[in-house]
Amino acid sequence: MSRILTGRVAAVLPANIDTDIIYPGRYLNITDREKTAEHLFELAYPEVRAAIQPGDLLVAARNFGCGSSREQAAAAVKYAGVGAVIAASFARIFFRNAINLGLPLVVSPEAVERVREGDVLELDLEHGVIRNHGREETYTAAPLDPRAIELIEAGGLVPHLKRKVMAHA
Amino acid sequence: MPMTIAEKILARASGRPSVQPDEIVVARVDLAMSHENADLVRKSFAEIGVKRVWDPERIVIILDHRVPAESERTATTHKAIREFVAAQGIRNFYDVGRGGICHQVLTERGHVLPGMVVVGTDSHTTTHGAFGAFATGIGATEMAGVWTEGELWFKVPSTIRIEVEGKLRPWVSAKDLILYIIGQLGSDGADYRAVEFDGAVIRTMSVASRMTLANLSMEMGAKVAFTPADEKLRDYLAERAPAALFEPVEPDPDAAYERVIRIDASKELAEPVVACPHSVDNVRPVSSLTDIEVHQAVLGSCTNGRLEDLEVAACLLSGHRVHPRVRLLVIPASQEIYLEAIKLGYIQTMLEAGAMINPSGCGPCVGVHQGILAAGENCISSTNRNFIGRMGSKDSRVYLASPAVVAASALAGHIALPAEVGEEVFA
Repeated sequence: MSRILTGRVAAVLPANIDTDIIYPGRYLNITDREKTAEHLFELAYPEVRAAIQPGDLLVAARNFGCGSSREQAAAAVKYAGVGAVIAASFARIFFRNAINLGLPLVVSPEAVERVREGDVLELDLEHGVIRNHGREETYTAAPLDPRAIELIEAGGLVPHLKRKVMAHA
Repeated sequence: MPMTIAEKILARASGRPSVQPDEIVVARVDLAMSHENADLVRKSFAEIGVKRVWDPERIVIILDHRVPAESERTATTHKAIREFVAAQGIRNFYDVGRGGICHQVLTERGHVLPGMVVVGTDSHTTTHGAFGAFATGIGATEMAGVWTEGELWFKVPSTIRIEVEGKLRPWVSAKDLILYIIGQLGSDGADYRAVEFDGAVIRTMSVASRMTLANLSMEMGAKVAFTPADEKLRDYLAERAPAALFEPVEPDPDAAYERVIRIDASKELAEPVVACPHSVDNVRPVSSLTDIEVHQAVLGSCTNGRLEDLEVAACLLSGHRVHPRVRLLVIPASQEIYLEAIKLGYIQTMLEAGAMINPSGCGPCVGVHQGILAAGENCISSTNRNFIGRMGSKDSRVYLASPAVVAASALAGHIALPAEVGEEVFA
């Protein structure tokens, strides 16, 4: 995947969107990653789930993904078609899960303040720049760690390790 | 170079003389724990394509989230895990009826020692900081990587030191203390940080209470949380892991902390507190909430399902009846605790009071089974999360409190101070 992503903002969510909101505990016995997407935001934001088009972006205030270590939360976001999530901050396990599944996350409190639903953004993951062409604005983001970019480009930790294991075989 | 506990453990595990906050290190993993999500780990592991796990002796799998299996889907998951552990020679497998909640069983069976790096596919893996371990939650795919390589990268966390002096007032417990701290710092107040607890209040606490502190530190975002590896811990481990060497990791006196917080428990914690819906940092004193009707009361979980928790509840319930409106569900955290509670008469006392005893496991805490809430219902619970829909309907409300407040509220039918019920009980 490219280090520059473009997408439409499907929703702007508040602070502390926890993993139970993202993916309810009752569906934790679904281990097929693609199927998790059916239950994304099921209890609190079903309309957001319905509005997501492939490649769309989600924007959220601080502490997105707080709570459980359930990987299905990150999988549900990814397999619902979300291209990247931009938040003021992410909870740490969610952050690692998303990168390990190849879902780009971008930290930018400035973007979260400024963008609105429907805006089209261009994200430069490597340099930490977000361009909002419609509003003619540019926001600063934390550049993604090179290791994280490597994992995202590999499609996640599994393909990354698979390659590594095969190289050593 | 002076170091905190987290820095010392990560330095040792990554083979460096010292480490500093924000450095990235690759640490060897001493213990890798999973529960039902071992099935997800297993799938990712199979995709990676390695035949054998790196070290079957360092992997522990404990079924707890859906025990006994509540559906055919879960039964299939359990079966797949049983087949996997047999094929891989993973001996540390605790099946239905042999263990209980993963964090309780891991410590009860002496798997965790000071100085270890422990990872678990469960966010409350921070619990094991009460045993002096650098213990943190990770996702399933990352665990598949650990099963493959036996190591994991970490960003060295900076440390917040929390010193609690004074004395806990009557009916104020470790649960109240940690809820109070989360209320002060916020649900991301310790995000990505290590926490070191110390002070007179912590030093006098039981190992079980320290587990409650380390466990709930996750709810302010902590990566790891430590309580002192002292004589109390040495005594506990002498019984649980008699063959193991006790090598506590102490912080250096001049270690660098991001922040030092001092709490005078006698002054700041006048009474028990409750975390109100729908976030764990929404903390208020019990006396301000006594008009909240209770429909279900839950006593259990990795946070508060240990013997001392059942004991305080049994004391309050003894000779009384649970309020007619309330369903009181009690879940001993492990089979061992369950048996001990039977021997000590706590289970009989609670049954006579009108409680229902659930099998040892996570029970309704994850909102899967054994006590799901309907719309409009309120639950007072000794568990760890009160998020929207956590325990059932999105229109139900979960209030988090200590075992004493749960028991008192179950008797009163509304959120209640144990002192009020207790006065009657001990009069």
